[in-house]
Order: sequence, then structure tokens, then C-alpha cells
Amino acid sequence: MADRIRVLVAKPGLDGHDRGAKVVASALRDAGMEVIYTGLHQTPEMIVNAAVQEDVDVVAMSILSGAHMTMFPRVLELLREKGADDVVLTGGGIIPKEDMETLEGQGVDRLFGPGTDTRDIAAYIREAVAKKRGGR
Amino acid sequence: MASSKRRDAAFESVSGEEVAPLYTPDDLAGLDYQRDLGYPGEFPYTRGVRHNMYRGRLWTMRQFSGFGAPEDSNRRYKFLLAHGQTGLSVAFDLPTIMGYDSDHERAEGEVGVCGVAIDTLRDMETLFDGIPLDKVSTSMTINAPAAVLLSMYICVGEKQGVASTALRGTIQNDLLKEYIAQKSWIFPPRPSLRIITDIMSYCAREVPQWNTISISGYHIREAGSTALQELAFTLADGFAYVEAGIAAGMDVDEFAPRLSYFFNSHMDFFEEIAKFRAARRIWARGMREKYGAKDPRSWLLRFHTQTAGCSLTAQQPFNNIVRTALEALAGVLGGTQSLHTNSMDETLALPSEQAVHVALRTQQVIAHESGVPNVTDPLGGSYYVEALTDRMEKGCLEYFEKIDALGGVVAAIERGFFQREIARAAFQYQRALEERRRIVVGVNDLVDEGEEVKIDLLKIGPEVAERQKRALAAVKQERSASAVESALAGLRSAATGSDNLMPHFLACCRAYATEGEMIGVLREVFGEYREPPTYW
Repeated sequence: MADRIRVLVAKPGLDGHDRGAKVVASALRDAGMEVIYTGLHQTPEMIVNAAVQEDVDVVAMSILSGAHMTMFPRVLELLREKGADDVVLTGGGIIPKEDMETLEGQGVDRLFGPGTDTRDIAAYIREAVAKKRGGR
Repeated sequence: MASSKRRDAAFESVSGEEVAPLYTPDDLAGLDYQRDLGYPGEFPYTRGVRHNMYRGRLWTMRQFSGFGAPEDSNRRYKFLLAHGQTGLSVAFDLPTIMGYDSDHERAEGEVGVCGVAIDTLRDMETLFDGIPLDKVSTSMTINAPAAVLLSMYICVGEKQGVASTALRGTIQNDLLKEYIAQKSWIFPPRPSLRIITDIMSYCAREVPQWNTISISGYHIREAGSTALQELAFTLADGFAYVEAGIAAGMDVDEFAPRLSYFFNSHMDFFEEIAKFRAARRIWARGMREKYGAKDPRSWLLRFHTQTAGCSLTAQQPFNNIVRTALEALAGVLGGTQSLHTNSMDETLALPSEQAVHVALRTQQVIAHESGVPNVTDPLGGSYYVEALTDRMEKGCLEYFEKIDALGGVVAAIERGFFQREIARAAFQYQRALEERRRIVVGVNDLVDEGEEVKIDLLKIGPEVAERQKRALAAVKQERSASAVESALAGLRSAATGSDNLMPHFLACCRAYATEGEMIGVLREVFGEYREPPTYW
């Protein structure tokens, strides 16, 4: 049996809207994953350091502040610098569709908008992690 | 009951409370009209804070807005005032809310995005340029640095020749709900309470028409609480401020009349109306009976309402106009003093001009076309509404007992009680949606397959941050460095000691010290708060 999937749920930036992050953290835990929740007000550096230290398969960032076009590329870049580019970088929040497409074009994995069923997120993570693990 | 065929639906409120199929006089056994309802404008104010309510004056229509640099928001305010808005409500960007200047590294990507960027008094002068402060009332959604922004506002008044005694408005200044829900804190709870009581006592003398705290349930609800939790936690915070004011040596009637409330109005129409009516009754009884307030103005719970941002959907966004209208109507039937209606596009971005226009018109349609404001508390006496109001009050008092048993609000915050209760309610609500026990149109039912959302979105580009940084650099060039230094030194010594901080904030603002510099001094003296991350 494969190792349990380890997910870092992170809240980057200055906003305190952590409802989505917490709901997703609870849902992924109930879906059988190991969840590490960073808490609030994280910088990209703090998030990537935690991801490397905790050896996670997935970083899931929740951003509602509008700072997603700064935060996702920076985390992606830092993950690559640390040689952690097999980590699935996903997330959600209030992110317009065209921004999601731009970010996905830069190499961020799938992003989820408001109204997403948490079971879809869990299913996507299972699939994406299996793909990356298979490619190791 | 006969086995009539029932809809396959959850007959419970948005908060998950069971709803009976019918309410009758039996549900009101024990209700005493004088004791529990009374006439509007009379204790315990269940039916409203004024005897003639909206016949005398409609609620203030106050659209919360702010974005970009100060000149961008100034244009939006003038647009809203020209279209019949009657009060301003300023949204600040996250760096301003968290006490960082626009050129701070933590401000990267966030300058002017969620609100307007304010670094110095110069920005505040631009924000209110051409808006006479003796003619508008201004609400500022600011908490940890509230003293700084209020000081800047007072200074803008001075420059316009408006005395501080003529200024009308509100600062949110509710730090307890920050630790509980909104999470935009800077300092730990105890020094935060000291700043708040300094503001209360300064304003009681110098800015007597200012509402010094807007005790906010809005964010508690947005974070996922039920209606009852919103009511109970918010009122518990309110009473905690009363206790803090008394402990700081003030007479309760000296500051209580300037406390106001800010509630959410969510989708469960009757539950929301009952929540507002119960809030007034609980506050009035508590203030008179427990805290010994003698001034009737201390008994009155006045509140602003904002329709529920978290009830809006990214899917089929035009439906949000309808949701907002229903929620706004509940606010009016609940007797609100002031109302913000959300814009249909807010699940996607800050409101566009068209969207905010419709939102404001929604209030005006209720005010002028529906007939609802013509009668005071028209739902008073409804078996359902009165039974729900009673249930809300009872549930609220039970929560108060739990909070007292934990050692009070601050201790309960430190033990994570509120945070866990809210996280659990949020998760249960999400579960109800995913199991389709609760239907949200366009999201988990009645979905338009292949929906493409086409509405104009307001976008804030990185040039705003660049403009803001240049403006900040220019102010730093022009001001007297020694004046700034001595004002900041005064602030530091007051913070270390026990002098009222307000005169020192004012001195710093007049010297054009930046918000980040002032808050930086307090960060060194008071330290920063860290929350242990938990979820349910």
C-alpha cells in the first residue's frame, strides 16, 4: 500500500480568511491524508521551508486577498530552487479563471474556485500525487 | 400527522436548527408583552431603538468601498455620494490593516488590492479631498491600527477647519473578534484592550459623536459560525468591552452610548430577523441589570448590517442580486440603523462600478418601493418570529455561561474555544452542502452546465503599488525627520507607561510619521500575537 499522502495546507499573505483552508484541512484529513496546517500570515519562504522539512507531497494554498499572482509563482520558484519540484502545488480561493489559467501555464497544478466540493479536491490530489510518484 | 407527501428537503435553518411546520400561540406561552417586547424606543427595545423607526429617518445607506491608491477611492466615494449614498465606509488594504507601509516587503502583491492603501496623513488628505467631514459620517473598517487612522481622520478635519467635536462616524476597533474570527491582529489581546480603552476615554471628551467600537459579528459569521454563535460571541465581546472600560476607571454611561454593533445578514430570513431582535433585548437587559447603566442610550443596541458575503456564489453571479435583496430586507425588518448591500461580483473580485450601483439601488428599492419601512417592526407578534427570538436569547445566555466558565472572553480566546466552535460549524455547513441536505442554487443544484461567467471585474494592477511607494518616498523627503523622531519617541514613552496614547498618535500624524513607523514602535513595546494553528 502506498504511503499516506502528506499535505501542507497553507495561508500565505496577510489576510485572515482561514475558513476555506480549515474546511479543506478537515476534509482532507477525513479523506485519509496527513494534513499539516501552517496557520496564518505565512511568507512563501516559510511555506516552502515547512514543505521541505515536512517532506510533503502536496502544498495547498488558500488565497482570498488577491495576491495569488505574486504568491503562487514565488512558491513554485522556491520549490524548484530547493529541488522539490515533485511537490504538487495546488490551492484555491478567489482567483479569476484567467488567472488560474495563467498560473497553470506557469506550472502550478490545478486550482479550485469557490463552491468546490471538497471530495473533488481530495480526488484530484490522489490522482496528481499518484502521477508524480509514478514518475519518480 | 397525516402522511402527506413531503418535499425531500432539510426543514432546518441555515444554522442547522430544526424548524417546526407551524407556529401557534402555544409557542409564545409565557411571553409578556411589556417585559419581553415593549414598544419601539422603549426598554428592552426588542421592537426597535426608536419609536417611529424608519418613518423618522431611513437607515444610512453605506456601501463599504476602497481600493487602489487614495485618489482612486476618492473618485469612488464621490460617485457613491452623487448616487444617493448617505455615509462613507472605508475599506483599507491588508498592509494598512496589518500596520505595514506600502514599501514593506510583507506588503508585496497586496497594496491597494483589498482596499485603499494609507501610509501617512497625506494619503488621508487625498482620500477625503473635496469631501467635507462635517457633512458625511464615515465608517472605517480598521482594527489593530484604528487609533492611527482615527488620528489621521481628526487631522484631516483640522485641515478642513472641522472641529473634532463635529466629526461623525465609526471605527471598527474590535480586536476581540479579530482573535476569534477575522484574524487581522497585531498585538496580543491585553495591550489591544488598553489601546481600545484609551480611544474610548479620549473620544468621550474630544470626539463625542464618534462610535468608538463597532462590535462585529459580521466576521464571526463569515468565518463559518451559526446565527446563534454570531449573536452570542459578538454580545460577549460587547460586554467584555464594557467590563474593560469599567476596569479602566470609566463610568459605564460615559462610553457605552458610543458602542455600536455590526451584524451579518445571512440567507435564513426569519432566523436573521430574530437574531437582530434578540440582540437588542439581551444588550438592554445586560446593560441595565448587570452593568448598572442608567442612561437609556447605554441600553440601546444600534447596529450596522452587511449582507452575507459568504452566501454569495461565483456560479450564476446574477443570482447574488436576489440573495442580497432578501438579506437586506431581513436587516430592515430587524431594525438596522445602517446597511451595506454586497455586490454581485464580490465572490470574484472587488465590486465594479455597475455592480455596486445595483447593490445601492437594491436598498433604495426596499426603502422607497416595498412599503416595509412604513410600519415599525411589522413582524412583531408573529408566532414564528417571537418564538425564534426567544430561542435565540436562550441559546445566547447558555453560551455566556460556557464563556464565563472558561474564565471570560480573553481566556476563551486564548484557549481556542471560539475558533474551534466556528471551525466546526463551518465544516458541518460544508458537509450539509456536499451531502445536498442544503441546496445552494447554481452550486450543488440547478447548475448551468458549461457556465461561462461574463461580468466585468475590477482589477488592481501593480502600478498602484508603484504609485503609492513613490508618494510615500516624497512625503518622507518633505517632512522634518527630527519632528517625526521626537513624536515617535513620545509615543514610545506613552506606550511603555500608562499615558493615553491618542494625543501621541495625533502628534505623530501631524509630523507625517507613517503608519508603519507608529505601529512599529508599538510592536516593539507590546510584541506581536501568534495564534496556535488549529482546525476542527
